[in-house]
Amino acid sequence: MELTKEEESALKGEKGEVLELAYRILVATGEAINADRLVPIHWAHLSGVNYNTIGDAGEEFLSKLSKGAKVQVKTTVNPMGFDIDKVSDYKLDDDFIKKQQSISESYKKMDVVPSFSCIPYEIFDLPQKNTQVSFAESNAAIYANSIARLKTNKESAFSALASALTGKSPYSDLRQEESDSPNLTIQMKVKNSNELTYGLLGYFAGKVAGSSVRISGADNLDKRSCKALCGGMGTSGQCGKFVLDDNDNQSEKIDFDDKEMQNILDELNTTDSGDLVVLGSPQLGLEEISDLAVMLKGRSFKKRCMIFCPRAIQQQASDLGHTNTLKQAGCEMLFDCCTCLTPLIDKDDVDGVITNSIKGAYYLKNSNNVKVNLKPLSQIIDDETK
Amino acid sequence: MIEKVIVKGKAKGKILKSQIPINFLGAVDKKTGIVRDDKHDLFQKSIKNTILVFPYGVGSSVGAYTIYSLKSNNSAPYAMICKKADLTVASGCALANIPLVIVTQKEYDAIKTGQEISLDTNSKTL
Repeated sequence: MELTKEEESALKGEKGEVLELAYRILVATGEAINADRLVPIHWAHLSGVNYNTIGDAGEEFLSKLSKGAKVQVKTTVNPMGFDIDKVSDYKLDDDFIKKQQSISESYKKMDVVPSFSCIPYEIFDLPQKNTQVSFAESNAAIYANSIARLKTNKESAFSALASALTGKSPYSDLRQEESDSPNLTIQMKVKNSNELTYGLLGYFAGKVAGSSVRISGADNLDKRSCKALCGGMGTSGQCGKFVLDDNDNQSEKIDFDDKEMQNILDELNTTDSGDLVVLGSPQLGLEEISDLAVMLKGRSFKKRCMIFCPRAIQQQASDLGHTNTLKQAGCEMLFDCCTCLTPLIDKDDVDGVITNSIKGAYYLKNSNNVKVNLKPLSQIIDDETK
Repeated sequence: MIEKVIVKGKAKGKILKSQIPINFLGAVDKKTGIVRDDKHDLFQKSIKNTILVFPYGVGSSVGAYTIYSLKSNNSAPYAMICKKADLTVASGCALANIPLVIVTQKEYDAIKTGQEISLDTNSKTL
């Protein structure tokens, strides 16, 4: 990768430790994705906020870094481990709370916007088409490239952090204007699709695709299915972009049919029942909360139900009456946090989690060690409410 | 032959090889280095103090922190060898100073678990 004189000098450490570290990361990632140079970016979104995901090493690293570092562009952050207003309802130990607050303070010290959301594309105004951004958080990077028409690498926590500190990122294939020709097409053959089938399709696509993929037979996705597709894809693979398009005869083709879908269900669906319903991986935005409020009007859950959302929608959800509807239906709304590696779900307290999220299922299964029952939202409401 | 150097360095140790991509965040315990994804071919094996050979990293962007944590907890591999580079592993290894190289398919196929090897990115040799 070619660096400018100024970038070279920063890499050598002539502009301080923070920039030396940031450029070391950018150069390694640039090599990894075959970039020939760095380009300016206008928005960074960071992952690595939940204490459960980054641990003591991460907490100490950020605490030290924040003593001398400031972000150079608008920078937003992923969810953390809890909703501060609800902490007392959960048996979190003091050490977790202390470390989580330290992480959140470190980010604020670096001038990060404390958004604590994995759906930045829903809660902030989107910049104009083709704007270069750096999104860690795999579902957000895929959504940015595929739906929001922005340009980002499928960044890692550190590459996005390095971008925030320098305002730059390696110029990979995904960042180029004409990066719309994936060499693989996945043909969606599953009938009667819903957000669960799209999550499964995403998980399948992530496993078989390279940096981008074309998906045919999947038009008119609603927000829920779209986010499920992004979330599933981000969990299983390296793929950073999909194109929904039926007009292609050139590329290699693979079918996603009932058999492929069942294979993934067999991997992630580990029980037939559960005692806790969990919604929000990715977090639910205002549109999905409104939808859910309509579906739940006059009904109530027979089991506990946790719903994860960004703090940014709290006021509006309340003003529109949704918060009240959901509360009457027995749901607990949690802000600033999400399903992935949540400390709020303990395997000793639950027999199984019922969810419609493939991404949630993967991390609940592998990180929280809880059993998961996967079903679409409509079926969850049919089965689990009265 | 090393095809590409992502993070420079030298290392010596025993190969632990996987055929399946790794999602560091979900699949590896950041304190012990033990693989806990029961669908992974390294399930219950420790990647600590090995030369870890695997196709590439997948999944969560926070996996980079897992790699950094492994190093801080003295549970990291001495080096990593991949078939394909990816951002998460590259940036994690860059911050943690774990040598990372990409090798050709032929070389990748020839490497076997248990082999003792030396890696030196300066001379580009295994």
